[in-house]
Amino acid sequence: MTDAGMLRFHVPEPEVRPGGTPDFSNVPIPNAGSVPRPEIDVDPRTIRDMAFSIIRVLNRDGEAVGPWAGLLTDDELLEGLRHMMTLRSFDARMQMAQRQGKTSFYMQHLGEEAVSCAFRKALAPGDMNFPTYRQAGLLIADGYPMVTMMNQIYSNEADPLKGRQLPIMYSSKEHGFFSISGNLATQYIQAVGWAMASAISNDSKIAAAWIGDGSTAESDFHSALVFASTYKAPVILNVVNNQWAISTFQGIARGGSGTFAARGLGFGIPALRVDGNDYLAVHAVAKWAADRARNNLGPTLIEYVTYRAGAHSSSDDPSAYRPKTESDAWPLGDPVMRLKNHLIQRGVWSDERHAQAEAEILETVIAAQKEAESNGTLHAGGKPSTREMFEGVFAEMPPHLRRQRQQAGV
Amino acid sequence: MPRRTMIEAIRDAMDVSMARDERVIVYGEDVGFFGGVFRVTHGLQAKYGKSRCFDAPINESGIVGSAIGMAAYGLKPCVEIQFADYMYPAYDQLTQEAARLRYRSNGDFTCPIVVRMPTGGGIFGGQTHSQSPEALFTHVSGLKTVVPSNPHDAKGLLIAAIEDPDPVIFLEPKRLYNGPFDGHHDRPVTPWSKHELGEVADGHYTVPLGKAAIRRQGSAVTVLAYGTMVYVAQAAVEETGIDAEIIDLRTLLPLDLDTIVASVKKTGRCVVVHEATLTSGFGAELSALVQENCFYHLEAPVARVTGWDTPYPHAQEWEYFPGPARVGRALIETMGA
Repeated sequence: MTDAGMLRFHVPEPEVRPGGTPDFSNVPIPNAGSVPRPEIDVDPRTIRDMAFSIIRVLNRDGEAVGPWAGLLTDDELLEGLRHMMTLRSFDARMQMAQRQGKTSFYMQHLGEEAVSCAFRKALAPGDMNFPTYRQAGLLIADGYPMVTMMNQIYSNEADPLKGRQLPIMYSSKEHGFFSISGNLATQYIQAVGWAMASAISNDSKIAAAWIGDGSTAESDFHSALVFASTYKAPVILNVVNNQWAISTFQGIARGGSGTFAARGLGFGIPALRVDGNDYLAVHAVAKWAADRARNNLGPTLIEYVTYRAGAHSSSDDPSAYRPKTESDAWPLGDPVMRLKNHLIQRGVWSDERHAQAEAEILETVIAAQKEAESNGTLHAGGKPSTREMFEGVFAEMPPHLRRQRQQAGV
Repeated sequence: MPRRTMIEAIRDAMDVSMARDERVIVYGEDVGFFGGVFRVTHGLQAKYGKSRCFDAPINESGIVGSAIGMAAYGLKPCVEIQFADYMYPAYDQLTQEAARLRYRSNGDFTCPIVVRMPTGGGIFGGQTHSQSPEALFTHVSGLKTVVPSNPHDAKGLLIAAIEDPDPVIFLEPKRLYNGPFDGHHDRPVTPWSKHELGEVADGHYTVPLGKAAIRRQGSAVTVLAYGTMVYVAQAAVEETGIDAEIIDLRTLLPLDLDTIVASVKKTGRCVVVHEATLTSGFGAELSALVQENCFYHLEAPVARVTGWDTPYPHAQEWEYFPGPARVGRALIETMGA
C-alpha cells in the first residue's frame, strides 16, 4: 500500500493511435486445436477458463485441427466460402452505391463475414436471430434474395419495409431474422423473451441474440443475461468483439476486466471465446451452443474475437482514430483467405477457381443490383407511396391518423 | 350481478383471458407466487402454473423487452410494472421497440403486449409512487394508452387491451383500487361494493378501446377527465351546482374526439382535469383539440386543472392533488367568463 494521495481519474486508451505502428503482440492467441471440447451438459463451473481462451480450428498451415474440427463436409465449406465472398462483394457494391448517392447510408461487414455466415448454418429452420446491423451474413447464408436486401437499401418501390426504415435495417420472419432497430442492445433481451416463449410453448425452436462489444455496456445486455440465466432460456448470447465501437476501442466497454465472454460467468452461463475469423470454429461453437439450448440445457454466451476491418459506416473515417494499417496487423487474419487456404490445403479449391468464383459472384451481385435499381433508388425512379407512411402504425388506422393522411393529401 | 373491487376486476380480466387463450402470459415483479404487491395477480400462478404466471427479476427494461420478444414469437404477454413511476428504465423498449415494431417491419413482426402499471397519487406516495406519466405514452406513435376509472370498465378495457393486436399501456389509478375517490380525503371512502360501477359481470366481455363514457349529462360546461379525476369532477359539480357534462375518456389514445367535440359544441365551455403536471401534459393536447374543433362554439377559454409543475410531494399531498375545491373554482370561473 502506498499513502493515499490525490485521486486520479482513469480513462483507458488503445495501444496505438493514427500515425503509430499497429501492435497486437499483447493479444494472446492460443494455438489452433488447443482448447478442449466439453460435453454440452458440462457443469459451467468446470469450464470457466474457456471464457479466457480462444477456440480455434484452422492453424497457420490452413489445416483443421483439434476437437472442434471435422463437423463440416467439403461441400458445406465451399458453400460457406461462397457465402462470405458474396457478402463481401455485396458490401463493396452497396458501399459504392452509397458513394454514388443511390442510398443514404451503408454499413459493411469487412473482416467479420465468418461470424454471421457460419453461425447461420448451425441453426435450424424456425430458429430466430435477433441481429444487430452487422449480421447480414445470416440472410445471405440462408438464401434471402440479395435483390430484396438491395430494394430495402434503396428504399424503392419494391422495398419490403415500404421506405420506412434506414438502409440495412432488414426484417424477415421467414428467414429467422428479427426486425433490426437503431437502438443498440434492445434486441438482446427480446431474444431472451422469444426463447422464453418457445420454452413456455414447449416448442423446439431456439433464439440467437446478437450484440457488439461496445453495446455490451448498454443495460439491456445485463437484462438479457439475468433473464436468460434465471429462466434457463434456450438462447445463444452472441457478442461480436470487433475491437471497435465507432471510434471507441473495446477497452472503454470492457471495464478493464477479463473478456466479454467472462461477463457470462457471473450469471452461471457457460461462456466460450472463439476465433471469429475462423469459419470452422465459429460454426462448431455455434453448433455446440445450439445443441445445448435445444436440449433444454439453457443459454450459452459466445464472444467472437474479430476485427472491424472497414469503417464503422459510410459516414465514418477510421483513419481519424486508429492506424490505417491496423487491420493488416490483426493476428487472426482474414476469414475469407483463411477458409480459402484451408480448402486449397484439402485439395478441393485453387487460386484459379477462387478468382473465377470471385468474378462469378460479382456478376451475380451486379445483376441483382441492376434488378433492384430498376425498382428505383433513393432519389430516382420508383419509391414507396406516401400513403404507406401512415400505414402500419397500428393494425387498424385510428381516426387521428386518418385525418392526418387526408391533410397530407394522400 | 357480482360486485368487485378494481383489483378483483383486473384480476378477473386476466383470469378470463388466460382461460380463453393459452398464449396470454402474466409476469412482473412479485406477480407470481405472492400475487402482486396490490394483490392484482393473486391466485393466477396457482391456477395456471408457473409457465403462465411468474415472478420476474427487478428489471423493468427486461420485463418489457422480454415481453416484446415473446410477442414476436406469438404469445400475448400482459406484464406488470409495479408502479408507473418505475417504467422509465423500460421507456426505451416501450417507445423505440414495442411502439415501432409493426411499422418498422411492415407487419412482419407485431407486438400485442399489455403493460399494466399502477398510476396516480392521492395516497401519500411521494415522488415515486404517485406519478401520472400518460403524456409520455400518448406522445409516442404506435402505443395505445388506457386509464380505467371503475371496476366494470377496468375488466372490459383490460380484456380488450389483451385482445388488441397492438401494444397497450394500461394505467391503473391505484387510488381507485378499493373504492371511488373524489378528493375528499377527510371523509371515509366508500368501497366499490356500494357503487353501481362495482358491478362486474362474470366471464368474458369487453369495453372497446377508443370510446369515452359520459358519466353525467349536462348542458353548461364539458369536463374532460379520466381515472380518479372523474370522481373529483363529480364532487365538484355537485358542490357547485353547475350543470356540467362529465366525460370519462377511458382511452387517451386513440381518443374519442367525436364524443368530446359533440359535447363542447353543445355546452360551449370546457374544463380539462388531470393529476399529471400541467406543462405539456395530456390536457394541453385536449385543450388544443377542443380549440381547433370547437372554436366557433366556445364561449370561454378552455381551462385546465392539473397537478402543479413540481415533482409529486409527500407532506403537501392535498395541496398538490387537484381536489374538488380547485376543480369547482375552475368550473365557476369558466361559467363566469
